[in-house]
Amino acid sequence: MIKHFLNLEWKQYFRSSYWQKNILLNILLVFLALYFVAMFLLMGVAMYPLLKKFFPEQDPFIVFNGFLFYWILGDLFVRFFFQKLPVMSVKPLLTLPIKRKTVVNFVLGKSALSFFNFLPLFAIVPFGIMLISEGYETSTILIWMFLIVIITLINNFLNFIIESLSSETELSFLPIILLVGGLYGLNHFGIISFTELVSSAIQGVVASPIMILIPMAILFLVYVYNFKILKEKLFLDSSLKAKTQEASTTNLEWTKKFGDIAPFMQLDLKLITRNKRAKSSLWMLALGLLYGLFFYPQPMYLEMEFMFVFIGIFVTGIFLINFGQFIPAWDSSYYKLLMSQNIKYEKYLKSKFTLMIMSVIIMFVLSIPYVYFGWKILIAHFAAAIYNIGINSHVIMLGGSYNRKKIDLDKRAAFNYQGTGAVQWLIGIPLMIVPMALFGALNFFINFETGIAVILLLGLAGIMFHQKIMKVITKKYLDSKYKMIDAFSQDN
Amino acid sequence: MISANNLSKSYKGVQVLNLPSLDIPRGQSFGLVGNNGAGKTTFFSLLLDLIKPTTGHIKSNDILVQESEDWKPFTSSFIDESFLIGYLTPEEYFYFIGDLRGQNKADVDNLLAKFEDFFHGEIIGRKKYLRDLSKGNQKKVGIVAALIGNPEVIILDEPFANLDPTTQIRLKQIIKELTKNRDVTVLISSHDLMHVTEVSERIVVLEKGEIVKDLATSEATLKELELHFAG
Repeated sequence: MIKHFLNLEWKQYFRSSYWQKNILLNILLVFLALYFVAMFLLMGVAMYPLLKKFFPEQDPFIVFNGFLFYWILGDLFVRFFFQKLPVMSVKPLLTLPIKRKTVVNFVLGKSALSFFNFLPLFAIVPFGIMLISEGYETSTILIWMFLIVIITLINNFLNFIIESLSSETELSFLPIILLVGGLYGLNHFGIISFTELVSSAIQGVVASPIMILIPMAILFLVYVYNFKILKEKLFLDSSLKAKTQEASTTNLEWTKKFGDIAPFMQLDLKLITRNKRAKSSLWMLALGLLYGLFFYPQPMYLEMEFMFVFIGIFVTGIFLINFGQFIPAWDSSYYKLLMSQNIKYEKYLKSKFTLMIMSVIIMFVLSIPYVYFGWKILIAHFAAAIYNIGINSHVIMLGGSYNRKKIDLDKRAAFNYQGTGAVQWLIGIPLMIVPMALFGALNFFINFETGIAVILLLGLAGIMFHQKIMKVITKKYLDSKYKMIDAFSQDN
Repeated sequence: MISANNLSKSYKGVQVLNLPSLDIPRGQSFGLVGNNGAGKTTFFSLLLDLIKPTTGHIKSNDILVQESEDWKPFTSSFIDESFLIGYLTPEEYFYFIGDLRGQNKADVDNLLAKFEDFFHGEIIGRKKYLRDLSKGNQKKVGIVAALIGNPEVIILDEPFANLDPTTQIRLKQIIKELTKNRDVTVLISSHDLMHVTEVSERIVVLEKGEIVKDLATSEATLKELELHFAG
C-alpha cells in the first residue's frame, strides 16, 4: 500500500505544471536548504570550542542543554510558519478498499521525513562526536542524541496539532505567538524557569537512560492525538465538503467611484473577505504594521539606517506582497470565464493594482506613529511607500504573468491547514532586499538624503510611466493566456 | 455567423479535431453530438479562444477569434463549473456578468424574472454561495448567466447533463424560444440524442475529431442517430 502511495505522490509532484514551470524556484529552495544544512553543520562543529571559550568554567554539555529550551521554542515557531502537513488528495482514496488508518499513518509517517526533522542532526551529530572525542561517555552521548531526535519529532507532531487547532480561528498565527511568547515570557521574567526545567530533565534522562521512556511516551501521545484529528477529518462530510455558510451581502456601492473597474474591485473585495485563504492576507496587515516594533525600540537598530527602508517596504507593502504575488491565481478557478467574457484585460489588472496602491497608502498613514522613533523613519517609510507604488507593484504584477499555480478557493485540500509555505516568503525577498541594498549603499557612501532621494525618484519614475508599464504587463498576460488557462485547469 | 476553415487541433502530434470547413449561419440552432473524446469541447474552446488552433482559424461574425477580442460582446457561453465564481451568491454573479455585458441591475432583474420557473425557487434569495449549490443548480445559474446581455451567439456544452427531468423540459422550451426569431445562434453539445434533436435544426456528428454526419433535423433524424451510435 505504501508503495502505491509513494508512487501517487511522485506522479502528483512531477506531473504538475507547477513543478515544470517553476524549476527556478525549486532550485532556489534547494539552495536555501543547503545553506541551512551548512549553517547547522558549522554550528555543530563550532559549538564545542565556542562554549569552551565563552563559558570556560562550565561543562559545555550542560551549558548546551541549558539552551535547549530556546531551541525547542524557536523550532516550534519556525515550523508553524514554514512546515505544512504533507498534502495528499484523499478523496479518490476514500471509496477504495484502503483502511483509513493506513492513509493517516502514511501522511503522518511522511511528515516525519521532513527536512525540518533532519536539519538538527547536522548540528547534533558533529557536536556529539566532538563531545565523545573530548572524553564523554559514548553511551551517554548516544542516548542524548536519541533524545534530541525524539524531541524534534515531538515538535514535529505538536506543530500539526497547533496548526489544526488554530486553523479553525480567524487569526491563525495568534495561538502560536501567544504560546511561544508566553513560555518565553514566563521563563524570561523568572516566573517559571523552563530553561532549568528542560535542562535538568535532559540531564536526568541522560543520567538514567530508562527515563527515556517518558519522552517516548509523549511522542506516542502526540502521534495518537494527531492520528485522531486526521482520522476525523477523513470523512467526506467533515472537511472535504465545506460547511454551507449563510451568504452575507455587502454594500460596495462606493467602488462605483472608480468607474469602469468597479465590477472587478467589487469582485476582488468579495474574494478577499469571503475566502479563508485570501482573508489571511488581511490579517497579515496587522502583523505587518507591528513589524517595526520588533526593531525600532532597540537602539541597536536605530543606528542601522539601511534597515529603515527595508522595514518601510515591509510595513507599507505587506498586503501588496501577500496579495500581489498570487495575481492572477486568485481567479484561477474561474479563469476561463474571465477569458471568454467581455473584459478588457487592462481593467482587470487595473483593479488589482488600485487595491494594492490603496493598501500601501493606508498602511503608510497607519505607520505614521513610528515618527516617535525619529523623523528619519517617517521619511524612509514615505520613500518606501512611493517605491512600493511605483516599482514593487509593477514588478509583482509582472511576476504574476509567470504564475502557473492554481489556487483552489472552494475546496481546501485535506490536511492543508494554511495553504502557504516557504515559497510565499521567498518571493518577497527581492522586493525588499533590492531597495534596501540600494539605499544602504547610497546612505553609506554618500548620505541619508541621497539614498532617500534615489528611492523616491525611482518610485516616482514608476508612477510616471505607469500607463506604459501597464501596457507591457497587459501584453505579457495576453501572451501567456493559453498557458495560464491550461495550467489553471489542472488540479495540482 | 460562424465559420471554421481548415481548423485542426493536435496535442503532441495526436489530432483531436479536424474541420476542413464548417459554416453555421446566423440564427441556426446547432447541435453537436459525439462520443467522449470526439472533440466537442475542443471545438467550443477554440471558438472561445481558450485554446490555440494548430492549423486554420475560426471566424465569428467575420472576426478572427484568435486575433481580435471583438467577438466577446456578442458571444456568451457556459462550458462547465469553472465558469462560475464560487464565492458569489447567484444574484451577485448575475449582476457581475451583467456589469461586464453593459446591463444594469434592472435589466438583469427583468431577465431573471423570466426564469423564475426554471429556477424553481432554488436559486434566487437563498443566501447561499454558488460553491454551496448542488451541481444541477450551479448549472442552472451558468446557463441563465449565459443569456444575459442579449448575446447573438450562445454556446452551451452539455446543458442537459446533471439537470432534473423537469428542468430539462424547461430548458428545451427556453432554447426553442431563443431561436424562434432566428437571430440568435445557439450551439449545443449533448449526449442526449432525444433532447438535442428536439431543440436543434441541424445536427453534426463528430467522431475522433472529424465530421461524419451533418443532418438537417427531421422525423427520421433521431432514428438515424440511434442507429449510428448503436453500430
